[in-house]
Amino acid sequence: MSNTTSDIIVDATPEAKAAFFSELQTYVGLEIGAPTPAPDEINAPMIRHLVEAVGDKNPIYSNAELAKQSIHGGIVAPPTMLQAWVMNGIEGPPRTGDGPYEQMNQLLFSRGFTSVVGTNSEQTYVRYLHPGDQLTMRTVIDSISDEKTTGLGTGHFVSTRQDYYDAQNELVGSMLFRIFRFQPKAKAPTAKPKALRPRPATTHDNQWYFDGLNDGVLYSQACAECGEVRFPTGPMCPTCHSLKWDKVEMPLSGTIHSFVIAHYPQVPSFDYPLPVLLVDIDPSISHSGKPGNNKVRMIMNSADTDLDALVVGARVRIEIRATDPDMKLPFAILDSTSNTGATS
Amino acid sequence: MTTLPATRSFADVTVGDELTPFDLPITRTLIVSTAIATRDYQVVHHDPSIAAERGSKDIIMNILTSNAFVGRFVTDWTGPNSFIRSVKVRLGAPNYPGDTMVITGSVTAKDDANKVVTVAVKGSNSMGDHMNATVEVVLP
Repeated sequence: MSNTTSDIIVDATPEAKAAFFSELQTYVGLEIGAPTPAPDEINAPMIRHLVEAVGDKNPIYSNAELAKQSIHGGIVAPPTMLQAWVMNGIEGPPRTGDGPYEQMNQLLFSRGFTSVVGTNSEQTYVRYLHPGDQLTMRTVIDSISDEKTTGLGTGHFVSTRQDYYDAQNELVGSMLFRIFRFQPKAKAPTAKPKALRPRPATTHDNQWYFDGLNDGVLYSQACAECGEVRFPTGPMCPTCHSLKWDKVEMPLSGTIHSFVIAHYPQVPSFDYPLPVLLVDIDPSISHSGKPGNNKVRMIMNSADTDLDALVVGARVRIEIRATDPDMKLPFAILDSTSNTGATS
Repeated sequence: MTTLPATRSFADVTVGDELTPFDLPITRTLIVSTAIATRDYQVVHHDPSIAAERGSKDIIMNILTSNAFVGRFVTDWTGPNSFIRSVKVRLGAPNYPGDTMVITGSVTAKDDANKVVTVAVKGSNSMGDHMNATVEVVLP
């Protein structure tokens, strides 16, 4: 049952559908496999095990003395136990290879009707069974419906009929069993709550930067002595080694310096393919900085991205978006008015 | 029990009679013991983890057991000297552990010539109808 959608034959025209249905009907009336003898004769212990499990106190099933007084003349098996006598047990059904039933199933699978649900069990009893009765079951494909659509999907009802015979080859009971072989309806996407995005590690030296994002401001850091603007944040100026610094508010725009698109490994909280960008943030207006060195480059994800438009040099605007109730992070959004790549 | 309990007579039955409702707690023990007693070793009737892998939220009661409870429900009402001619079950929502199936029934027809009473049986759980059955039973 591993048919993928690409394997499925689609009967597009009414004629094709009719041809498929005619082919299906050739299986109706065929006997499935050899007659199946029940592994055990009807016996009181198996009856008792079932009526105990079901809590059925009817004395005709378990009390020999009272059963003898009944119209049944002795212990009988519950009539509804009919099918249990021929069940295959722990080894499961014998592999019958490519009999009519398997061929019919293959035909149904070829149209994508791979799922199955039991819908009806209809038993009729000619007589009750007594300990010592030896059953043999024969099974035929009784009917196959035309295409039906139910709440589960579209498919065909397939009925098999099991006839049960005693040692004298007299019919003692029958069971019509109907299944629905169907192609499941496409499931609506399940609204599974998405895992929260892992949070960046915050420290004494960068908490203020994330606090700024939560207030809707993108900061970088500037050395209070030499004026160099730097990112990521840190306690000391890498150039002049000063420990004095100022916050610098950055504009929410920039240019893609480089990017990668991550496909694997996939973390549940992200959508894939996942663009990861290096963005040259535009120079700060509020801080002139050290001449020629007031630019910072930040790593961030992009959002709402047309992957084909993602090119080095493309202009982006930056939106600060909530990633969980207590965390906001910057995201690069391709600027649709100038996404044609480097222009200078 | 030394004498056979009484059996309801055909003459005492009227179309519309209600059978005594019956609440069946669906326990794991019930599902597993009845599955094994009917020689039904399909994993969905005893192994919760494999049942889950196959898209079922838990193990489910098997169909042979639904049939057995229909039979019990009717003969609890008729008594021992009855003969069930047929049990036709239409299957619906599965019976999962922890649920309760409420079985109700009523007489829908009488065939005077053959002393056959037709009983409609319904088994409902928290998800809806597990089964709707029609039973023909011959009464003295």
